[in-house]
Amino acid sequence: MPPVDETAADRPRRKPSRAPRTPMPERSAIERARDFDEVTLGYTEEMARAEAERCLQCKVPTCIEGCPVNIDIKSFIGHMIEGDYTNAVSVLKERNALPAVCGRVCPQEEQCESRCVLAKKGESVAIGRLERWLGDFDLTCELEHRCIPQVGPDSGKRVAIVGSGPAGLACAGELRRFGHAVTIFESLHATGGVLTYGIPEFRLPKHIVQAEVGLLEEMGVEIRCDMVIGATYTLDELMTAEGYDAVFVGNGAGLPVFMNIPGENLNGVYSANEFLTRVNLMRAYEFPKADTPVMRGRKVAVVGGGNVAMDSARTAKRLGAEEVFLVYRRTADEMPARKEEVHHAREEGVEFKMLCSPEAILGSDGWVTGMTATRMELGEPDASGRRAPVCVMDSEFVIDCDTVIMAIGTRANPLLTQTTPDLEVSNRGYVVVDENGATSKPGVFAGGDIVTGSATVILAMGAGKRAARSIDEWLAGAAG
Amino acid sequence: MFPIVHARQLSDSVFELGVQAPAIAAKAKAGQFLMLRIAEGGERIPLTFSDWSAKEGWIRFIFMRVGKTTHHLSHLCVGDSLADVVGPLGVPTHVEGIGRAVVVGGGVGAAVAYPVARAMCDAGAEVTVIVGARNADLLILEDEFRALPLKELIITTDDGSAGRKDLVTAPLKELCEARAVDHAMAIGPVIMMKFCAATTREFGVPTVVSLNPIMVDGTGMCGACRCTVGGETKFGCVDGPDFDGHQVDFEELMNRQRVYNDLEREADADYSRKCSCHQ
Ligand SMILES: Cc1cc2nc3c(=O)[nH]c(=O)nc-3n(C[C@H](O)[C@H](O)[C@H](O)COP(=O)(O)OP(=O)(O)OC[C@H]3O[C@@H](n4cnc5c(N)ncnc54)[C@H](O)[C@@H]3O)c2cc1C
Ligand SMILES: Cc1cc2nc3c(=O)[nH]c(=O)nc-3n(C[C@H](O)[C@H](O)[C@H](O)COP(=O)(O)OP(=O)(O)OC[C@H]3O[C@@H](n4cnc5c(N)ncnc54)[C@H](O)[C@@H]3O)c2cc1C
Ligand code: SF4
Ligand code: SF4
Ligand code: FES
Repeated sequence: MPPVDETAADRPRRKPSRAPRTPMPERSAIERARDFDEVTLGYTEEMARAEAERCLQCKVPTCIEGCPVNIDIKSFIGHMIEGDYTNAVSVLKERNALPAVCGRVCPQEEQCESRCVLAKKGESVAIGRLERWLGDFDLTCELEHRCIPQVGPDSGKRVAIVGSGPAGLACAGELRRFGHAVTIFESLHATGGVLTYGIPEFRLPKHIVQAEVGLLEEMGVEIRCDMVIGATYTLDELMTAEGYDAVFVGNGAGLPVFMNIPGENLNGVYSANEFLTRVNLMRAYEFPKADTPVMRGRKVAVVGGGNVAMDSARTAKRLGAEEVFLVYRRTADEMPARKEEVHHAREEGVEFKMLCSPEAILGSDGWVTGMTATRMELGEPDASGRRAPVCVMDSEFVIDCDTVIMAIGTRANPLLTQTTPDLEVSNRGYVVVDENGATSKPGVFAGGDIVTGSATVILAMGAGKRAARSIDEWLAGAAG
Repeated sequence: MFPIVHARQLSDSVFELGVQAPAIAAKAKAGQFLMLRIAEGGERIPLTFSDWSAKEGWIRFIFMRVGKTTHHLSHLCVGDSLADVVGPLGVPTHVEGIGRAVVVGGGVGAAVAYPVARAMCDAGAEVTVIVGARNADLLILEDEFRALPLKELIITTDDGSAGRKDLVTAPLKELCEARAVDHAMAIGPVIMMKFCAATTREFGVPTVVSLNPIMVDGTGMCGACRCTVGGETKFGCVDGPDFDGHQVDFEELMNRQRVYNDLEREADADYSRKCSCHQ
């Protein structure tokens, strides 16, 4: 249960605003599709206040149940209405260490906002945008005025965290509140996981991610980059030689999947992970100022229909592609990407080729020259309830392109699990945990994409926090 | 930061650097590699360990100056430092129980051949080493090889300025014909590994090659390093870098290595302009 905000009941009754949902200011498609600056500009203070005024401050705030980490939404909006941003931020941070991140990338429309009473009328409070505004407000304050959650008294216990993605970061913050010493081991040279290497700058500026991670360091979280667990240290060595009392595994699901169709190893074929890592983590869009190159295709075909595919397509556009095609097996309605991202991609000129399945990538002299695809139609609903696409006979056609980006999913990277034989994994390589996030190995907990497969930032954070509570209990038990 | 504690030039374009990195030094094995990044904004590049000391906590690597990053690396000295060094990565070279082995190192590949030959000697194998270079000036690590308890060290150069005037495949073929080896390992330019594998194939001598595809992370998350081995796609950084040379699609590897050639030339030219002080 979220903490009950005592003051809320005493607030004077007020008349909520009947204004429509405050639109988000954003840059025009023509302007933004040429650079990597942020697409949406965020509310001004006036807009944020106006939007907060719309909240009914419900007796039974159903919105809270829609948030995977149960942020006390009613309370933080209540503080905003009164202009008390400092307390609004602390309510947020009580549950979410990365509000400026989540306010930008959470699929709010399916979570908190879908459960807002106003959603029935189609005009839910823009909870995510308010969260973003508050997160940004906090980051613009001088460090001493920022909301840094209280750290618990030193417990004398040390916990190692593998991976600095949302799961690891959320777990780290929570463990510090319980007073445990925390070290995050990250294999890359930068923190943030997918927030840094995957989600593009124009959707989630990297300085925002680094600033929110910086606040965790202010809480005393130690971060060690360039540390591959399973190589530099094994998980067992963390618990023996390195002397950690418990470990949280949050190493994500970063292994790219390919389609295994002919031509996939031609020059010009990227996994979305490689393409996005080159551009985001290595800043290839600044080449040659930054050293890492990326191919700037003229005609780019992106295979897939999720957020990763949208991000790849929009990135290709920004790198100067004349045409970008999104090739997806089902219809736009079935695409798992957020509606807002689909909308933005269309506005920026990404062309959607729906009901198409790639058959082979064509090449000449080792380079991509095109892709053959078959037209599909929707058949009977499959086990997931979605209508399964089936091939239309003799419908093969050629898509003219010089670059292909495969954004059809990722799997668990076996690097860590292979070197930890007593850590139980599923037949697909994901770490198996109980309802408390505990693995088969005593003292080892896990959460995020490495448990669930690719999901969302906030679900990974929720899992990290849940595991932190279990770790706290386990450490208390192990001590006594 | 990883402080540089050793620097030496081995030939006109080949250099060795050593950095303090105790956690990596404690783990390094022959055939494994590291990823490094010199500074913010730099590229991540893979280089194989040439030597290490778990006791003193350092690792070394030998590199050829080919483009911007290695160019910049060649200008660094003791007292400078590298922003990032990650490892040890990749599967160590198999050295146990291999009987009579031949290790072929071509060009800068000799740097990788050296720790492999040493590890094989330590594991009790009878080791012959073939080192090939274009000419005597480009020959590296001769003294180090001579200090190992090898059965034989064979040196070849393209122009005969040192050792035999031959390609490495000539002595390799003779050893195979004499039935003098049970196991071969070839490390060097892709074209050399391809011809070594072709040489041993007809004699049925198992042959391992150490592949050097383009990499970004080196930990299995990008797929840049994918190679076709036995008709299957493998990731060079985590499934390799060692693979069965008789199964590797070398043509594909050569093709994939040239993806960024034009762009890399641009980057290196840009770097050379900026650091003309060093020329
Ligand atoms: C392109 C893209 C766009 C997305 N867009 C959205 C979105 O808009 N909204 C949303 O909610 N979700 C989105 N997601 C999904 C979301 O980002 C993930 O579900 C979330 O990041 C998972 O968090 P995690 O902490 O489990 O793993 P990750 O974020 O993957 O972090 C794992 C970290 O562990 C490190 N690591 C891995 N192995 C090791 C090891 N052996 N040793 C040490 N460190 C290791 C990795 O380098 C990484 O930093 C997107 C994903 C992608 C790829
Ligand atoms: C597992 C492995 C071990 C290696 N060990 C050694 C070694 O011990 N000594 C040595 O001299 N070289 C080694 N290499 C090759 C070395 O990584 C490249 O020479 C280096 O990356 C070139 O970088 P550059 O910026 O100087 O040149 P660039 O101008 O960037 O590139 C020149 C050529 O080097 C290759 N290359 C470029 N970037 C990469 C990259 N990120 N990964 C792999 N190859 C790349 C490409 O074929 C490119 O065309 C190894 C490569 C791999 C994959
Ligand atoms: S974290 Fe996400 S789901 Fe929760 S309130 Fe914020 S935007 Fe909504
Ligand atoms: S359900 Fe909607 S209106 Fe009610 S408290 Fe939550 S955000 Fe406000
Ligand atoms: S280098 Fe990225 S997967 Fe091998």
